[in-house]
Order: sequence, then structure tokens, then C-alpha cells
Amino acid sequence: MTTNILPMLPIILPFIAGVIMLFIGKRPIPHRMVSAVTGLMMVGIAAFNIYYVYKNGAMVTFISNWSAPFGISVVYDMVAALLVFTTSLVMFFVVIYSFQSIGYERERYYYYPMVMFMITGINGAFTTGDIFNMFVFFEVFLLASYVLITLGSRKIQLQEGFKYLVVNIVSSNFFLIGLAYLYSVTGSLNMADIHIKLSNYDGSLAIMTLVAVVFIFVFATKAGLFPLYFWMPGSYSAPPMPVIALFGALLTKVGVYAIARTFSLFFTSDTAYTHQVLLLLALLTIVAGCIGALAYTDMKKVIIYNIMIAIGVIIVGFSMMDYAGTIGGMYYLIHDMIIKAALFLLVGFIIYRTGKNDAADLGGLIKQHPVVGWTFFIAGLSLAGVPPFPGFFGKLYIVESAFDNGHTFSAIIVLLSSLIVLYSIMKVFIKVFWGEPSEPIELKDIKSDKLLFSAIGLVIVSTVFGLSADFLFPAFEMAAEAFYNPSSYSNYLMGVE
Amino acid sequence: MELVTIILSGILIASATYLILSKSVLRVIVGVSILSHGVHLMILTMGQLKRGNVPVLDDTVSTYSDPLPQALILTAIVISFALTAYSLVLLLRNYKELGTDNTEDMKGVPHDD
Amino acid sequence: MKSTLKRAGYNKVQRQMNDVFIQFTSKVIFLIILLFSVNLFLAGHYTPGGGFVGGLLAASAIILLLMAYDYETVKKMIPVNFHLMISLGLALAIVVPTLLFLFGAPFFTHQHTYVTVPVFGEVALHTAVIFDVGVFLTVAGTSLLIVTLVGGTEK
Repeated sequence: MTTNILPMLPIILPFIAGVIMLFIGKRPIPHRMVSAVTGLMMVGIAAFNIYYVYKNGAMVTFISNWSAPFGISVVYDMVAALLVFTTSLVMFFVVIYSFQSIGYERERYYYYPMVMFMITGINGAFTTGDIFNMFVFFEVFLLASYVLITLGSRKIQLQEGFKYLVVNIVSSNFFLIGLAYLYSVTGSLNMADIHIKLSNYDGSLAIMTLVAVVFIFVFATKAGLFPLYFWMPGSYSAPPMPVIALFGALLTKVGVYAIARTFSLFFTSDTAYTHQVLLLLALLTIVAGCIGALAYTDMKKVIIYNIMIAIGVIIVGFSMMDYAGTIGGMYYLIHDMIIKAALFLLVGFIIYRTGKNDAADLGGLIKQHPVVGWTFFIAGLSLAGVPPFPGFFGKLYIVESAFDNGHTFSAIIVLLSSLIVLYSIMKVFIKVFWGEPSEPIELKDIKSDKLLFSAIGLVIVSTVFGLSADFLFPAFEMAAEAFYNPSSYSNYLMGVE
Repeated sequence: MELVTIILSGILIASATYLILSKSVLRVIVGVSILSHGVHLMILTMGQLKRGNVPVLDDTVSTYSDPLPQALILTAIVISFALTAYSLVLLLRNYKELGTDNTEDMKGVPHDD
Repeated sequence: MKSTLKRAGYNKVQRQMNDVFIQFTSKVIFLIILLFSVNLFLAGHYTPGGGFVGGLLAASAIILLLMAYDYETVKKMIPVNFHLMISLGLALAIVVPTLLFLFGAPFFTHQHTYVTVPVFGEVALHTAVIFDVGVFLTVAGTSLLIVTLVGGTEK
């Protein structure tokens, strides 16, 4: 009974909340209440689900009662539980942040319902056990994100939104082509079933390498990996700050999750080629992200390029596909979702308060906002991976695994990238908070209690997450097992057949 | 038969590529919808083309056609319908606000008046 | 779109006012299409058809009216709020599968039963029909909303 409904709740709840808000109509205040309450409920449910999965193992439910390889199954394992929890947390804080920053007009034109539909899609993509269903949920959150990126109809939003739309539609169509290949090779769409079929097949699986390349193309476009990140800096700087925080924290990470899942379950026959390509792309992404982060003083751009660095680091961890690498990748993935949202919200506060995007125009803000300044400092340290903060543990495992597998060069690049991350964030910190501005800045008088609540709240969450790394380690070990030992993911099929 | 449909879907995808690379926004949208048609044809071919019966359990029928690709295509058609509709609305809005349907002019950072 | 039309050689877009034939025939055809859409919707249980196709067909019937008359007239003929249609459809599509959970089976497991009605004899009642009504309403509402938006008749 409980396993029937518990794994579905993170998908159903935001959808129902969105529908309720559609019925309420264009009245922002009830919208705010509904979305905040939904956010809290989802955080609670997701936390309980982590505990439940930790105690009882993965929850599996078969939609419409069609048994596993034929119908759609929802597999709520530890990976999904952790990711859904983080998504709910980020969504809750960003929704609170939106109350005072998104603007009354956008709230009237169904901003909150779109956020809820996007969360539905993201949670669905994390939890589903069926690769075609994953495509459908990708489209659900992409459709909501197309609306969010153009909501408000500023010129820059429309222009960048159109590019975002075309890039994503083309890559989604290639996702379908990849699915068609995969279906013609394996004759199944259930991810666990495909894994079992491929590992029991003893002929040549050279065609799977082709499928792997199609999947790399698709998910690299969604996640912003090296040659296909071109749309990201432009599109992510167009919409208002809470939307960027949601996109930067969640959307790219869904692509990373999809890469990790498909490359651990499907493409195991020729890892010497597929995983090396992945590693190479990840390293190039880190380098490109570092160049961007060093080149800009625009605060939004610096953090957007930092997303790319983080994605590169996570993919380095997952391309190793061993014990340490996947634990590190998983840990860094969760950490990055929280801290990127926090940094975007902090930068958003600075931008709203001063009205300037460029860090070079600012200075001396520490006098007016000491708390924000030091929170930003802590967030920067956490992002770079200084020991007590969570980024450190993730990077430690990733680097350790890279050294273990003889990829000394990649480990050194990951380590050097931390320095550059630290430098780029500290550059922003010093320019914004220390010194004197070149011309005096007028601070705008805005209501900011909710802005500060969510920004500082997320930094505190991130710090607590770092301090409790020891306590959370068994959960991450359990999550990583689904990647380095994929048969632990697919063994729910054993009970069915 | 499979060969013919694969070549056809290749032609569709090639012409979609040509249209997506053109400068007019409307042509890009037409290209995107043609691309999705090519992809749907591809999925249908991947499930093997054959004359079979409706896949409902029936003792008298022995050859069934594979229902899964059809279900997938139906879902994909619904999604591409929604996407095309949305991109048409966005095109109209773009044209009204930016005053152009030429992708050449959609560069840089436009300023709101 | 005016400049695109100009480039294509049209100097001005003319609207024909004396469209008696299309106005008269559309009134007749409208009902036929609508009935056919209901037929397709109900046929979807065992044969090709269903909520999506039915909804599209119903929308196309109303779009035919929109082509023959203008937006205000059609609004007077069919006083339906498209926003409400979409909301209602989405609500049916999510609430029905969620309530089905109360039967103890997994999400989306539909229930059915047979009822004997005096004139028709034995009739199958299926909860999937309610879900499909939701799909029908959502699809019809969305396509009508988008057509009226692109047509520029509703701001």
C-alpha cells in the first residue's frame, strides 16, 4: 500500500498544486500560499522517502499494475530519493525567494503553476524506470521551462528563449532517434530490463557504441557539456533571477543524472571507448568553464560558467564508474544543486539591491550588508571545496578515483579547476564587498527579508550537509551502488518474473 | 520495405536540417516539425514493419504487430504538437516585440524601451 | 506577419465580407464534426480513437466556425472559457488516477464494472472514460486557446 503511493507523491503533488492554482486564476497571493505549502509538504515527504528507502531498499511501483518489463515502472532508489529531496528543497527556497523578486505581473501570468509543472517533470525524470517515460518527463519540464524563460516577454528573454527552444527541440528529437535504435537492438524500454538483456547477450555489441554516441549528444546538450554548451551562457542569463536559480540548479543536473544512469546501465560493453569520450568531454568542459569564469566580471556569467566546471567535475567522477568515483560524483551532484541555487540567490539579492550586474561597478557593500558578505564568502569556499564544506568530500573521492584509474592528468585538471573556481568567486567577492566603488552606488530600497531568508537558508543547508557528511555516508554509498554495480538496480525485476 | 522508409526518413531529416539552418524563424519551425516527422517514421521502422493483427489476446490470431512503436509515436506526436503550437505563439510574440523574423538580427543584447 | 506577406507579393490582406456560403454550410458541418468527434471519443475504448483525437476534432469544428464568423460571434454562440476547460481537463486527468489509489492498487490502475440499464442492456462503466474526458477537454481547450492567440483575436 505505501510503496504504491509514496514514490508517486513527488510527481503527483506539484501537478495537483499547479492545477489548483490554474483554478484559482490570476490571483498571486493564493498562488504563493499554495506553492509554499506544497514545497514544505514535498520536502517532508522526500525526507521520509529517503529514510524509507534506506530502511527497506528501493521502492518500485508499476503504473496501472502492468508488471515490469511491459508497463511503466517507477523505481525510487536511493539516487532518486536524494535527488528528489534536493529538488524539493531548492524549489521550496526558490519559491519563497520569488515572492519578493519575480514581480507581480509574472506572478499573475501563472509563474507558480509553471514552476510546479517543471518540478513534476524533473522529479518524474529522476524516479522513472522506463527510458521512454524519461523522455516524456524531459519534455514536460522542458515545456514548462520554455514558458518560464519567456515569461514576462522582455526582448532579451524572447530572443534567447527562441534559441533555447530550437536547441532543445532538436536534441529531444535525437533522443527519440537514440531510443528507436535502443529499442530495435534490445526490444525493450525498461531500463533494468535493457541492462539484463545486454549483459546476458554474448555477441558483438558494436552497435551500442553508436547508440552511446547519440545519447552523449542528447544529454550533453541538455547538461551543457563541452562542444554543446554554446546555448547556455546566453539563455541562462536572460530570465529573472529565481528562474535562473531553478534552471542552473536543476535542469542541467537532470542531464547529468541521465548520463550517469544510461552509461552505467546500457553502455557497459565498450567502456574503453564510451567512457573515455565522456571523460575527454568532461575535461574540455572544465577547461572551457574555467576560461569563461576567469574572463567575465558579470556576476551572473561567472556563476553560469561555474555550473559548467561543476558539471565537468561530476562527469569525471561518473566516467570512472568505480566505487570512489560514483560516490564522489553523487555527493558533488547533490552539493552542487544546493550551492549553485544559493549562489544565484545571493547574487540576485546583490543585483536587486544595487541594480548593477557587473561586479566591477560595485564595491564596499560589506558595510551595509555584512551578513550577506560573509555568507557569500562561505558559499564561495563551499563551491571551491575547502575542507569543512561539502564540495571537498565530493572532489576528494573524484580525484582519488581518477588517480586510482591512472588518469593522473584528469585529476590534476580537477584540482586546478578548484583553484580557478576559488579565484573567480573571490574576485567577485572582493570587487563587490571590499574596496570603494568607482562611482557611488545607490542602494535600492527593496523588501528583502524573504530574499535573505532563502539565500542564507540554502547556504546553511549546504554547510550542515557538509558537516553531516559522515552521518550521510551510508546513504551515498547505497546510492552509488546503483551506478558501479548496476545489477543492484535491476534486481527488482527478479521478484517480478 | 524497411529500406524505403529509412531512406524516406533520411530525406525528411535532411530537409529538416536545411530548413533549420535557414534564417527565417518560420522556416526553422517548419523544419523542426519535419524533423519530428522523420524521427517518428524512424521509430516505426525500428519496430519492424509487418502486417499483423491488433495486439489483443485472441486464440485464432498468430501474427501480431508490435504495438509499442505505435504507442511511442502517438506520445511523441502529442508532444511535438504541443511544441509546434508553443513555438508558433512564441514566433508571433517575437515578431511583435523584436520586429524581425530574421535570425541574423537576433544577436547581442536588445534593450527594452 | 504583414511584411512577410508583402515580400510574397500581397499588397494588402483583404477580408471577404459576403461569405454567406461558408457561414451557412459551417453551421451544418459544425454539428456533424462535433458528433463525429464524440463518436471517435467513445470509440476509443476498443478501437482507434480516444480523447486526444476527439478533442482535436472538436477544436477543429469550432475553428471552422471561427473562420466563417469572427471571434465575438463565436464567443456568443459557444460561451466557454478555454482557460477553465484546460484547468478542468487537467484536474480530471490527475485527480482520477490519484483517487484510484484508494482501491489499493498502484497509481493509474483503472477500475471497471458492468451495469444493466433498462433500454441499452448491459453497459460497461470504466473509470478510464473520466480520465479521457480530461484529455479531451485539455486538448480541445489548448488548441482553441492557441488558435485564438495566434489569430490575434484574443489578447
